[in-house]
Amino acid sequence: MNKTRVIPVLLLRGKGLVKTVRFKDPTYIGDPINSVRIFNEKEADELVFLDITATSEARGPDFELLADIAGEAFMPMAYGGGITSLDQIQRIFALGFEKVIIDTAVYTDPQLIHGAVTIYGSQSIVGCLDVRKTWLGRYELVSHAGKFKQPVSLKAHLQALERQGVGEIIVNAVDRDGTQSGYDLKLIREVSSSVRVPVVACGGASSIDDFVAAVHEAGASAVAAGSLFVFVGPHRAVLINYPSRAELALRLP
Amino acid sequence: MIVIVDYGVGNLSSIVNMLRKAGGDVAVSRDPATIIAADKLLLPGIGHFDHGMKMLNQSGLREALDRFALDIRRPVLGICLGAQIMGKSSEEGVMVGLGWLDITCHRFDVAPGIRVPHMGWNQIVKKRPSPLLDTMSDDARFYFAHSYRMSCAQSADVLATAKHGSSFVCAVQRGNIMGTQFHPEKSLRHGFALMKSFVELKHT
Repeated sequence: MNKTRVIPVLLLRGKGLVKTVRFKDPTYIGDPINSVRIFNEKEADELVFLDITATSEARGPDFELLADIAGEAFMPMAYGGGITSLDQIQRIFALGFEKVIIDTAVYTDPQLIHGAVTIYGSQSIVGCLDVRKTWLGRYELVSHAGKFKQPVSLKAHLQALERQGVGEIIVNAVDRDGTQSGYDLKLIREVSSSVRVPVVACGGASSIDDFVAAVHEAGASAVAAGSLFVFVGPHRAVLINYPSRAELALRLP
Repeated sequence: MIVIVDYGVGNLSSIVNMLRKAGGDVAVSRDPATIIAADKLLLPGIGHFDHGMKMLNQSGLREALDRFALDIRRPVLGICLGAQIMGKSSEEGVMVGLGWLDITCHRFDVAPGIRVPHMGWNQIVKKRPSPLLDTMSDDARFYFAHSYRMSCAQSADVLATAKHGSSFVCAVQRGNIMGTQFHPEKSLRHGFALMKSFVELKHT
């Protein structure tokens, strides 16, 4: 059996699903609840929902929408976007999400993760890194849906996340987002070799070959993608899709 | 009626959804009388061992739960932390568990290629027959998310094992008391089959 989780990352904007390119130019994909039903049928390993405007609009998660989504999902789900308090985390779990994803709040409130871990355990708290490559080829961390640079180094930030107790790290290459040009394997390798928790590769996947490379060449424990699961063909026609179990079992460990 | 014990811990809605889909007559309750009167109990739980036990002790449900499991002896199913707290203790904390089963919980060792938490889908190996797992299909896989594993003092309590580095106990049963480390409520059709078995489980 293949154990490598293959995870669709679905971006929420308002009540709809969108897909971005390098965190910009959101294209409308469809209704999130309908998409969850399709991924149920296709037996997706796990779903990640990210509300990409919650932080910039300085609001919390849309609990009503999340309740509707969770009501349809019979697979594991994680949510990220606009989380700033333990109370919000509690509500998201109660709705039926197993994991919350903390990105921006890691920088603004270093105590949040530690507090959440002592109540909900490491396995429920996921750290997410949005990473951009500078013109000198160095990695820099960004927050607030890619808007702000963070002064901390990748290495130091990873150490801090692990110390605070996250149970998993999603590493998202901003420059690859929506481009389907392959994962940033060097970045993923740098992260997976620095931490002992599972690492989820994200940003740029265009095929199962990319999944295989992320796992074998870069040490990822799980692979995530957006465009790959919502578009088909060279003209990016919207169609929710997911590889068959047999196909995945053949290629992935 | 299957009563899901609401002691303030766990993903209750997911469990309600899956049990209902499996045909269960389900209620969520934090009322001792409702719990005592249930046909079956489901003990949920996600999170830190001490937080779980603290919430359970504070809930005022402890006596009703002990009576249901140990005296009335109708079926009880614990999921994830809900299964772990049926045991005696965990390395995760210092609190004393419910002590219904002779189980202690230990942290997974990090080893080359073995990351902790154990996060994701895994196959399980049945160790003895049980109505809970007998309908399991050959391609069955279940979703796990945990850093601590159960260890049974009595091997007869072990229902199934899984492998993460080394083999560990992932389902337990002693009489009416059952537990799974994995999340049937989040394991698609495989979890559905298990929940259906629990719903259809006969008891006296």
